[in-house]
Amino acid sequence: MIIAEKKPIEEIISTISGYKRLLILGCNECVTVCEAGGKKEVEVLASALRMHFIKEGKECEIDERTLERQCDHEYLEEIRDVVDQYDAILSLACGVGVQFAAEKYHSTPLLPGVNTVCLGANEQRGMWAERCQACGSCVLAATAGICPVSRCAKRVLNGPCGGSTNGKCEINKDLDCAWQLIIDRLKAMDKLDDYEKLATIKDWSSDRAGGPRKVVREDVQV
Amino acid sequence: MRLKCPANFRIIRLPCTGKLDIIHILRAFEKGADGVYVVGCMEGDCHFNTGNFRARKRVEQAAKILDQIGVGGERVKMYNLSSGEGPLFAEYSIEMDKIIRELGPSPIGTALKKKANAA
Repeated sequence: MIIAEKKPIEEIISTISGYKRLLILGCNECVTVCEAGGKKEVEVLASALRMHFIKEGKECEIDERTLERQCDHEYLEEIRDVVDQYDAILSLACGVGVQFAAEKYHSTPLLPGVNTVCLGANEQRGMWAERCQACGSCVLAATAGICPVSRCAKRVLNGPCGGSTNGKCEINKDLDCAWQLIIDRLKAMDKLDDYEKLATIKDWSSDRAGGPRKVVREDVQV
Repeated sequence: MRLKCPANFRIIRLPCTGKLDIIHILRAFEKGADGVYVVGCMEGDCHFNTGNFRARKRVEQAAKILDQIGVGGERVKMYNLSSGEGPLFAEYSIEMDKIIRELGPSPIGTALKKKANAA
């Protein structure tokens, strides 16, 4: 899922200053799971901001709403009849949701309430870590299901590099060397022979280097 | 036991402090409360194992938010006692009353009263 983290309240306060009617818009998908922008976070942020404005003696009406998703037309349409009532929308969705809402409601300021971090997994309670960089051409079949693109600092495809020490990466002693993990897993699967197979030069044109990406599926279009 | 304790707090019962959410604490302040304290079972004695630990974390999160918006995180506290410790409950309420009196009224409550008087 997409991992995001809450922006500091101080930053949000400075972003929304000047707006008199604000809608805080949460998203029920990834940001709910990583506890950054779901219904609960919308409630807490709205309450904190209301208290801030009361304390400062400023007027700002804050409403709350959480959509099923902010990256789909059908759910974003749910706020069409109310969007004109607000000076701005503070979206707690990931960067995708904020932009999609901004595209849909062209004349309403859309402000981000979270920082979108990465595509990751919930490693343990309160800890999320990157697992994919959406490079567009998956190499996991050749790397024992462990991604050297997202988990190796150098994105080395025939590793490890010389910076791997005791299974840890040179950039951080707490960071596992992705290639150590790959070798360990190949060993466990009794497929260490695969390690000898050299990866050819990867086509990075499907990564960000090729510009913004798009998937068009005519077979499912109506 | 006829224990003496301040009469200026309202008890809100929870099935377990694990039921407590940050928003419950914040709403109390939004409505003008000067302080909130949560009383859970002794750590390690939770019937649901982690209820009181979760509550403590949420109290800490609420305190952080209250600090960030200038209300003051010291206005919210977590206490632990066993259900047989009535005197300790009274002691904690006296302690909390003292802390809040030293801190003075919450800026939210003051602003709300000012707004109501102006209206």
